[in-house]
Amino acid sequence: MFKKVFARPKALEDVPFHFCPGCTHGIIHRLIAEVIEELNILEQTIGICPVGCAVFSYNYFACDILQAAHGRAPAVATGIKRVLPDRVVFTYQGDGDLAAIGMGEIVHAAARGEKISVFFINNSVYGMTGGQMAPTTLPGQITATTPYGRDREINGNPVKVCEMLSVIEGTAYVARVSVHNPASIIKAKKAIKKAFQIQLSGLGLALVEILSTCPTNWGLSPAEALNWLAENLIAYYPLGDFKTPKEEAKNV
Amino acid sequence: MAKVLMKGNEAFGEGAIRAGCRFYFGYPITPQSELAHFLAKRMPEVGGTFLQAESELASINMVYGAAGAGARVMTSSSGPGISLMQEGISFIACAELPCVIVNIMRGGPGLGNIAPVQSDYFQATRGGGHGDYRLIVLAPSSVQEIIDLIREAFDLAEKYLNPVLMLGDGLLGQMMEPVELNEVKEVSLPPRPWATSGRMGGPKRIINTLIIVPEELEKHNLKLNQKYKRIEVKEQRWENYQTEDAQLVLVAFGTAARVCKGVVDYCREQRLAVGLIRPITLWPFPVKAFDYLLSLATVRYFLSVEMSTGQMIEDIRLAVNGRRPVYFYGRFGGMLPVLTDVVKEVKKLLLEEEC
Repeated sequence: MFKKVFARPKALEDVPFHFCPGCTHGIIHRLIAEVIEELNILEQTIGICPVGCAVFSYNYFACDILQAAHGRAPAVATGIKRVLPDRVVFTYQGDGDLAAIGMGEIVHAAARGEKISVFFINNSVYGMTGGQMAPTTLPGQITATTPYGRDREINGNPVKVCEMLSVIEGTAYVARVSVHNPASIIKAKKAIKKAFQIQLSGLGLALVEILSTCPTNWGLSPAEALNWLAENLIAYYPLGDFKTPKEEAKNV
Repeated sequence: MAKVLMKGNEAFGEGAIRAGCRFYFGYPITPQSELAHFLAKRMPEVGGTFLQAESELASINMVYGAAGAGARVMTSSSGPGISLMQEGISFIACAELPCVIVNIMRGGPGLGNIAPVQSDYFQATRGGGHGDYRLIVLAPSSVQEIIDLIREAFDLAEKYLNPVLMLGDGLLGQMMEPVELNEVKEVSLPPRPWATSGRMGGPKRIINTLIIVPEELEKHNLKLNQKYKRIEVKEQRWENYQTEDAQLVLVAFGTAARVCKGVVDYCREQRLAVGLIRPITLWPFPVKAFDYLLSLATVRYFLSVEMSTGQMIEDIRLAVNGRRPVYFYGRFGGMLPVLTDVVKEVKKLLLEEEC
């Protein structure tokens, strides 16, 4: 007899992803869906999808989904969670969405300690609009709006979201992970799971920053993009837990 | 029921609670702050939620989330804050979610001042944000009417799945009047099969405003447009005041209408046939009120009296459609039209022409 060893998670719809070849959004979607299934929370989960490449996640996740304006997902999630505190609410946001136009919303949702899980996808560019400079674009990185490379004098410095949000009192868990190889993917899934468990324990806002690729706008092949992430993004954005709940950590 | 003395801004709050609203998200701005102060105290008493947001951008998006989750929800602000909310209001209108937004107008443009004006009429009645949409706009002119209309605002929002804007000004918000409170009804909300409240065993729901295929967006635009047409037919509200035999009909809403009622009374004492149409819905604009009066043939002129440089007059002209001349008198910047000045305008039209 054959044994089924790999299947689509129940929290993912049976439709193909639209993402470009080599883009790691698909991996991250799958990880979130696997965790939703493992925690058996599909029925009470509400996702907020952003503006950007991940907007279509309403087609992919099998839970209820509300699509927010650019950057406003944490405010929308706040509204939902305040109405339905027993539901599980997560946002899925890119770097332009969360760290540029939506910086105010994420900082204050964090300060309020909203009991939501935030998945912050950092691929260092605006993907959907054509590869412009993001707040997380590296110094020297060439993008559509920094054709000579990001110049700190002109364009300022990249924003390190985990470092910043970990000092805000309302955050319970802040971690940065990557999905560039199998080992990092396993760690990323653990962090995603923890972010949901922390919400279920009511400890505060949990944010997982996930370093991701954008081969199309980086002008690299899928394999080159994974290497570029490992060599450049991780060097600037170190991986690891920036904040974990101390005494409560045992429970989760 | 015994009457109680209540401030306009507080009446919005108490009226909302009596209408079953249990969620408020807002950001401080004068001259509506008493509404937030009131609900900060009152919401916890009824098991509701009052949350001060970090900006109007956030508060309207909290409203979007709460409405999407199926709650009766409201926010309030004043001009500059309402401008910031337009992005969110456009999303809520596109997603067809119910909510109530209160705008206690202040002088503008820019930071302007905190005095009473009516200069957000265009913003309120033309949708306000990007895209092709409308809000239902209610304009109370007394504290009692605030109490009565805000209940209707929630009902209309749910009936049509559309944001409802209540438009007041600093004077209406700040003044106190005796009001009769309606009873606190246990409001049973209509079912919300569309709410993203977690599947809980049911089908997946999506609330979405991205409609990327032109054919589909055109269909959605058409669906919204048909809804707006239904609202235009069914929901026009206005008050006629001594219009039956009027030769000159004033048109004014909110605070300006209070002044104009005095003008009508004064003119009637002087045997001048003056009346008033007071639009209560600014959108849909009460076109029917004009069609009826024009069918009587006694009316010769319309005079729009506004606390702006002339915004509602455009809707009056559209309603009258060239059948009679429409004149304008306005004060602005926080200055109020006073009875004697409006009477002068009336006499100019009614008496000088006869000389």
